Amino acid sequence: MSRVAYRIPSITASISFLLIAASAGVAQTIHGLPREGRGGDTKVNTRVGRPAAGKQEYTRYCAGCHGDHGDGVGENAQWIEPRPRDFTQAVFKCRSTLSGSLPTDQDLINTVRRGIVNSNMPQWRPLPDQMQADLVAYIKTFSPRWATEKAGTPVEIPPETPVTTESILAGRAMFQKFECWKCHGTAGRGDGPSASSLTDSKDQPIHPYDFTTGTRFKCGTTNADLYRIFMTGLDGTPMASFADNIKGDQGWDLVHYLRTLQPIRTPESILWKSWLATHASELKPIGPESGGR
Amino acid sequence: MHMKIAASVAMCALATMALVPSTHHSAGGTVAGKVTYTGTAPKMKQIDMAKEPSCAKQHATPVMNESVVAGEGNTLGDVVVYISAGGAPSAVPSTPVTFEQKGCQYLPHVLPMQAGQQLEIKNDDQTSHNIHPMSQVNPEWNKSQPPGAPPIQTTYAKPEFIPVKCNVHPWMHGYFAVLNTSHSTVSGSNGTYSLSGLPPGKYTVTAWQERFGTQSQEVTIAGSETAKLDFSLKATEY
Ligand code: HEC
Ligand code: HEC
Repeated sequence: MSRVAYRIPSITASISFLLIAASAGVAQTIHGLPREGRGGDTKVNTRVGRPAAGKQEYTRYCAGCHGDHGDGVGENAQWIEPRPRDFTQAVFKCRSTLSGSLPTDQDLINTVRRGIVNSNMPQWRPLPDQMQADLVAYIKTFSPRWATEKAGTPVEIPPETPVTTESILAGRAMFQKFECWKCHGTAGRGDGPSASSLTDSKDQPIHPYDFTTGTRFKCGTTNADLYRIFMTGLDGTPMASFADNIKGDQGWDLVHYLRTLQPIRTPESILWKSWLATHASELKPIGPESGGR
Repeated sequence: MHMKIAASVAMCALATMALVPSTHHSAGGTVAGKVTYTGTAPKMKQIDMAKEPSCAKQHATPVMNESVVAGEGNTLGDVVVYISAGGAPSAVPSTPVTFEQKGCQYLPHVLPMQAGQQLEIKNDDQTSHNIHPMSQVNPEWNKSQPPGAPPIQTTYAKPEFIPVKCNVHPWMHGYFAVLNTSHSTVSGSNGTYSLSGLPPGKYTVTAWQERFGTQSQEVTIAGSETAKLDFSLKATEY
């Protein structure tokens, strides 16, 4: 596999997506008999996803990127960074479950509906719910793990605590203590001292999330999504799980602080700005020399 | 005490059943020898830990990359030597193996264990590490372990040589050697190794080095003797 990665500016990306969609349509007519599914039916709420039904839709909509065999090397994959997911490994970034465990069917449906920001993975919200469930059932046939393992247990997320200055300050101390800044940078710009050396599990370069330009995350948009992200980690990437060391309400403190780094108006950023106006000098800078406040 | 007796009784029962007391290494024969290499071993680079002062100051002498531990007379250290075939299946040892992060290095650099054996991962440093074993056969996970955090307790179900890294400190590299056997060891810095407690039988012994690959040889153990078995791996540049 070539290690050359092409950065596609967003306009070319959408054009290339159109091409991809078109060529995927062509691909559909070429490929042979249905593959025997390893996974069984997929239940999401009351809906049952059937792998056999998902196969056709997969070939039509997904194979151009994810490959006929789900190995992430569809004909368009070489032009895309980050690369399309290799389903044969059953390693997923967006899970509600602990690091190393399989995501739930609902997690996969959520990803398919949401798409993945800052990547070529489109939103598939327009597809009928039944088709989404069938697609998820089908992508689970690519790895034998689905036949032998159950999805992990979802990380527990307690009700959100109030947004207060104390909570934001406690979260800031966690950003220091857990050394998020080593990758994400002292101001959350994705430029920490370890950032430049990072690769994903397929040896492709990967960049820490830049909080100062990002409004959405790959794995969601809400405060609860953000809580879940650092608890579960993004498997297959350097972004580790912190679930062993961040517990309960503490997680909300970190969420509240991370929200102040983003370029959006949130209750957190409004409160933080007004507090900083009179207290900025009390803060020690984040980084190697510091210990939080 | 009582537990111990019960355990050895159970052990003997098992032994007579399977004819092989597996985790019980004191009796039986031994395979021992030296691991060397042919060709030119790649020069190991010095590691620069300047980005992590709390680790840098723990090392009085330069720290070298540990991918190839070559010694005088072409000896090779940190080679996993294990029984890859022969004998009865060995019972999973009840004692855990420990993998330590100290001075931003892995101790040991390569850690053999049997599939299913308890693995304990500790952080002795004043910095956060993330432990990222890049498994392909076993599920891949990645966990942060800040200073003072309790050990991570885990197991691997399937045999696999798993590269381990810390994404925060890119020079940190190690291996979990998850094997089908409890009969394993790692060669010392002078290349010598010894596998004891082998019941009579015919065995395949394999040596594995992360860069130079594997070599397997057959050996037969009749009683309590020590069979000499040397390995020679071919050095590959990189
Ligand atoms: C234009 C290319 C493209 C198409 C078409 C595409 N994907 Fe993806 N998909 C990607 C890329 C790229 C990623 C990886 C993004 C990342 O790692 O940030 C991805 C990731 C995924 C993931 C993994 C998410 C995770 O948590 O790791 C799933 C599931 C997925 N796609 C499902 C689908 C399905 C189902 C379809 C068809 C309906 C589809 N994709 C079509 C490019 C594509
Ligand atoms: C070893 C480097 C590293 C450390 C330390 C680290 N991260 Fe990350 N983080 C990453 C990388 C790389 C990504 C991007 C993953 C991707 O794009 O798939 C990321 C992504 C994220 C995201 C966005 C995920 C998404 O769905 O888009 C959040 C939120 C995040 N990290 C929070 C944190 C927090 C909070 C901490 C500290 C508790 C932390 N990170 C520590 C490397 C790191």
